[in-house]
Amino acid sequence: MLGKIRRKEALSLIAKCQFEALRTTLMLLACSLLVNIIFISNESYGQEISFNRDIRPILADRCFACHGPDSHERKGKLRLDQATGKDGAYRTHKDVTAIKPGSLEDSEFWYRITTDDRGDVMPPPKSNIKPLSDQQKLLIKKWIEAGAPYEDFWAFVPPQMPELPKLKDEKWGSNKIDRFSLSLLEKAKRQPAPTADKRTLIRRLTFDLTGLPPTRKEIHEFLKDKRPEAYKALVDRLLEKPQYGEHMARYWLDLVRFADTNGMHKDFYRNFIAYRDWVIRSFNDNLSYDDFLRYQIAGDLYPDANDDQLVASGFNRLHLIIDRGTALPEESFYKNVVDRVTAVGTAFMGLTVHCSSCHDHKYDPLTKKDFYSLYAFFNNIDAKPETAGRPREGLQPPFITIGDKEVKEKLNEVNAQLKKLEPEVNKAKKVATDEKDPEKKKPLMAAAKELVAQKNKLNRLKRDLEPKLMKAMVYRERKEVRQAHIMRRGQYDDPGEPVQRNSPEFLFPMEKKGEVASRMDLANWFVDKRNPLTARVQVNRLWQQFFGVGLVKTSEDLGSQGEVPSHPKLLDYLAVSYMDSGWDTKALVKQIVMSSTYRQSSLATSDDFKTDPDNRMLSRATRFRMDAEMIRDQILATSGLLSMKMYGRSVKPPQPDGLWKAVTMIGERFRPDKGDDIYRRSLYTYWKRGMPPPQMTILNAPIRDACTARRERTNTPSQALLLLNESEYLNAARHLAIHTLKQKDKTEAKLLEIVYETITSKIPDQEEQKILEGLLKDLKKSYQENPKLAEALCAGLDLSSSEKRAKLAAWTVVVNTLFNMDITKTRE
Amino acid sequence: MNYELNPLDLLQSRRQFLLSTGMGLGTAAFASLVEGAQKAVAQPGLHHKAKAKRVIFLFMAGAPSQVDLFDYKPDLHKLFKKELPKSVSKGQRVTAMTRGRQQLVTPTMFKFHQRGKSGVWMSELLPHLAEAADDLCFIHTFNTNAINHDPGKTSFCTGAEVPGKPSMGAWLSYGLGSMNKDLPDFVVIPSAFWRGKVNVQALYARLWGSGFLPSKFQGTSFQTTGDPVLFLSNPNGIDAPVRRRMLDSLAKLNNKHHQEIGDPEIRTTIAQQEMAFRMQSSIPELTDLKDEPKEILEMYGPEVHKPGSYARNCLLARRMAERDVRFVQLFHRGWDHHSRLPDNLRGQCQDVDQPTAALMKDLKNRDLLKDTLVVFCGEFGRTVYGQGNITRENYGRDHHPRCFSGWLAGGGIKGGIHYGKTDDFCYNIAEDPVHVRDLHATMLHLLGVDHKKLSVKFQGLDQRLTGVEDSRVVREILA
Repeated sequence: MLGKIRRKEALSLIAKCQFEALRTTLMLLACSLLVNIIFISNESYGQEISFNRDIRPILADRCFACHGPDSHERKGKLRLDQATGKDGAYRTHKDVTAIKPGSLEDSEFWYRITTDDRGDVMPPPKSNIKPLSDQQKLLIKKWIEAGAPYEDFWAFVPPQMPELPKLKDEKWGSNKIDRFSLSLLEKAKRQPAPTADKRTLIRRLTFDLTGLPPTRKEIHEFLKDKRPEAYKALVDRLLEKPQYGEHMARYWLDLVRFADTNGMHKDFYRNFIAYRDWVIRSFNDNLSYDDFLRYQIAGDLYPDANDDQLVASGFNRLHLIIDRGTALPEESFYKNVVDRVTAVGTAFMGLTVHCSSCHDHKYDPLTKKDFYSLYAFFNNIDAKPETAGRPREGLQPPFITIGDKEVKEKLNEVNAQLKKLEPEVNKAKKVATDEKDPEKKKPLMAAAKELVAQKNKLNRLKRDLEPKLMKAMVYRERKEVRQAHIMRRGQYDDPGEPVQRNSPEFLFPMEKKGEVASRMDLANWFVDKRNPLTARVQVNRLWQQFFGVGLVKTSEDLGSQGEVPSHPKLLDYLAVSYMDSGWDTKALVKQIVMSSTYRQSSLATSDDFKTDPDNRMLSRATRFRMDAEMIRDQILATSGLLSMKMYGRSVKPPQPDGLWKAVTMIGERFRPDKGDDIYRRSLYTYWKRGMPPPQMTILNAPIRDACTARRERTNTPSQALLLLNESEYLNAARHLAIHTLKQKDKTEAKLLEIVYETITSKIPDQEEQKILEGLLKDLKKSYQENPKLAEALCAGLDLSSSEKRAKLAAWTVVVNTLFNMDITKTRE
Repeated sequence: MNYELNPLDLLQSRRQFLLSTGMGLGTAAFASLVEGAQKAVAQPGLHHKAKAKRVIFLFMAGAPSQVDLFDYKPDLHKLFKKELPKSVSKGQRVTAMTRGRQQLVTPTMFKFHQRGKSGVWMSELLPHLAEAADDLCFIHTFNTNAINHDPGKTSFCTGAEVPGKPSMGAWLSYGLGSMNKDLPDFVVIPSAFWRGKVNVQALYARLWGSGFLPSKFQGTSFQTTGDPVLFLSNPNGIDAPVRRRMLDSLAKLNNKHHQEIGDPEIRTTIAQQEMAFRMQSSIPELTDLKDEPKEILEMYGPEVHKPGSYARNCLLARRMAERDVRFVQLFHRGWDHHSRLPDNLRGQCQDVDQPTAALMKDLKNRDLLKDTLVVFCGEFGRTVYGQGNITRENYGRDHHPRCFSGWLAGGGIKGGIHYGKTDDFCYNIAEDPVHVRDLHATMLHLLGVDHKKLSVKFQGLDQRLTGVEDSRVVREILA
């Protein structure tokens, strides 16, 4: 009886939904923005309702918390993440069928999401989960009526090479990427933006591939090069620059939370310099991504592993770590392993695996057992879970010495000699001292002296050799495999059922080479072509680098709570061709930047920026604020101060006083480096996790205590203050002003043009020129009237007249103005 | 327009939409609340009527001893140096520092008195604060899962031991928006010095970080040397007129580019540069104490004249409350008294007693206490058993997360009461536990926010300050 009434209510809602649908459709038609959206939903899928695109996100968001993969929290013996199985959506339990394909009337699910009965309605009001909107109900209705077809979750199905979309305009586009992007635009009845002008292109490309601006000379050469292949030649040239590796490494270092300190308690120095340098070299050498991954997860397990492979295995030790004596070592041990697994999950799987450390994953089919099966690969490090009370050189065993083979051998020899010599010296000294007879004593003393001299010489040699080598912390497996357990409620001291090393069970099975699965087996499982995640996750991140947003916006989470891809077929095309190319990262990068999609102009109407601020449609190039490091490097590069020195110890450019002092517990004071070291590229800046450099964090650099796949981009007054007032940035402005004023043969107008071009890669138009000339004139007047102020700005310089000082001060402020323009800090 | 279109999410996040269409911060946050509350809100931006508009959080980093300050156990004197019964300690985990050692009961050497009309018990170490006794609500059953400082502070400040979550203040500025135009919503002021001569625990930027929320919501940490806000002052050689002249041209250039390019983000840049310029006068005005009358300065004690002192920071906190800064968090370190606790504790109390009392009085006199919530506590408490050589007059205490005390006062709080009971040994909770999460829930409640509804989607979860485990508003302490 009750059932009947319910059905009636539900059916009346269907009518309401249909009305809503009509109303909505009309609205959509009236609004061009929304028309695009409709089309974007249709991209590559056809007009049908798609479970993955339309339905799963609704179910995941509103239902899975109680009716999802987590068997412990599951209510009413119903899971909606799969169709079949005992608790599956099609199941009948106590005569009630949750979803009856094709029949709204017989689907309890439909009644539950549409009823007004507060006791019955789902999601329950007390859950604080938002009820389904009418639009969502309409989608569900259509889906059930169409037979409620389930699909495997897109990201868990191996990508297939998609067919190339058919296009109306066959002429546009440079490579296959463009077919996919244009296909969506054509459906939206839109045009791609025209190609950007050459100045914009070289600026964009140089920043995107090297993190630095082009020089004026490079711009002019590119402008002069009228060959059709000029752009390609530029791409090739930039890809070969060593700064490419530095720039690519920077994103990777965010992802793996690379830093220079422990990040906990006393926050000691932790030395992973060799790892950072290895990442840079790997990108420059174009190490294939499958090896890049293997080295990091299991580099130490190669037979006769080389230095690179061992250094890369340090990846597994980049987690936060505490120094000993305060926490419980068992707890630290557990936390380290969880952090290690979390990093693997974010970096290589694009999943939030750590959610399953306490309970089965609420949204993805990752069980607790899966988590601890992964944990079992990483719980066997031959290292203490906590660092020493005062780690020497930032090192904690196991670590290795790396560098030139000859140097290494020589050093070993020296050390061996020293070891041999030491007792001899001591003995000789003792004999000489003990001898009472002055006659006999003399030669004995001489002999001892001779030995001491030998020892000193060896020590000197040692001191010369040592800096040529580097020490690197590595992963090393204990001989005996440590049994892993499911830790109940994620408590470090509450082991439950034992588990074996294994890959997550919902994906294809892992092959093991030996009796016990090894990290190398796991690494190979990651780069197996059957793995649906690895390639997608990486190409998506690379895409994000060049378009500001990934094809899947949530690049840290491709699971069911992440967003669906804007261009699923493009994503799959890139993933498959990446694997087919042998995981050739440079080739992929080249293909992306060679595409016409990438080469579009970033200009658009205000409306376009408002309706599609992230440029998900790819109807233009994306305009976004550059990262902190790029902004700083740009200021240093254009002013002529940047040091191009690569590799080596991290450096400390000046920062405001007292920042470390305010947080330290070991009386640490920040001491800036001197000389060229303070002008090194920002990726070499010393990263104290407890207080990272404010020039970086103010502009959204993460603290590096957790893996970060994408940075926020905000626009705040603190950023404005930083760029206006930071002393090094002003110093750079002055440096550029000095350099500019040295060109005595040029007019002021010409000099303004040169400075403008140096900083923005553009030539100022009349209006801009006029604004700047007016500013310069007024500033000169101000500084002439206020010579003290000009003196302050010219402090430390030897300028003969107050007129010269006023001029330099005025020019410095003009350069400071140009550094602060929106177009300067923005990648266009 | 009352329709919703799912694929819109594909084009832009709702948040960005609101921001990019020029709606203010408050509006965006309001919408985020409304969404959760299903439009059943009592007043704009809130889930229900707020009792407090702002918070001053006095964080005693290092964990002060509740045994010696707040949780009065007179009978313990009879048990001096007797072993703590196993039936009480139940073999619970302790830190690496006292693991395997004997646990000898160590009563406090300090006297307790009943204070105020309400007669609440307080240690003799806080004579000034005792004057505010009738406004204070003591909670004796705070508890936390963390046993070490770093995770302890992280979970107190961000709701989770694992780094990466937004801090309390970041949640509030995200959820409630700005109450003023010229100052940050969330300010952090660490003391530059303290009397406790102990192993002083580090602070971490994550304690006031924004986690996965946009970094504009992170706390602005006031510096004790140089600019109170980083990079606030014009550099040498640039004065205000030069800066103004330069900003005018800069705005012209940016405006021109906005016309050509169309990106509204350029207008935000202009607006933020102007805000930066305003902050160059509003912040010095805030930190300049020359208008404060002599009697007010005296009330905070002699150290108010030293930059970086807790006393001065208390006065700054009041000035910020007056200017409607939403969340002010003071960090005073030096409470980690594993040894020589009596000496060190005396020193620490000397640091904080008079200034905290002055802050309470000052807020009250200005009628600000009624809508300002004041919270005073550390990341955990200290053990009833001593550490090191124990005498009646000298002892240390280890970390104790099972129960500890702190107090709340002001906006919406019932004053002059004790809440929650610990056992006779001040070791376990006997009645009415208040987990850190419950404190967070209660704070949010007082500010008009339902802690279950203030959430943000990150890594596939609806993330909240109070996390996924149960937490409750401690209604018993609400006025």
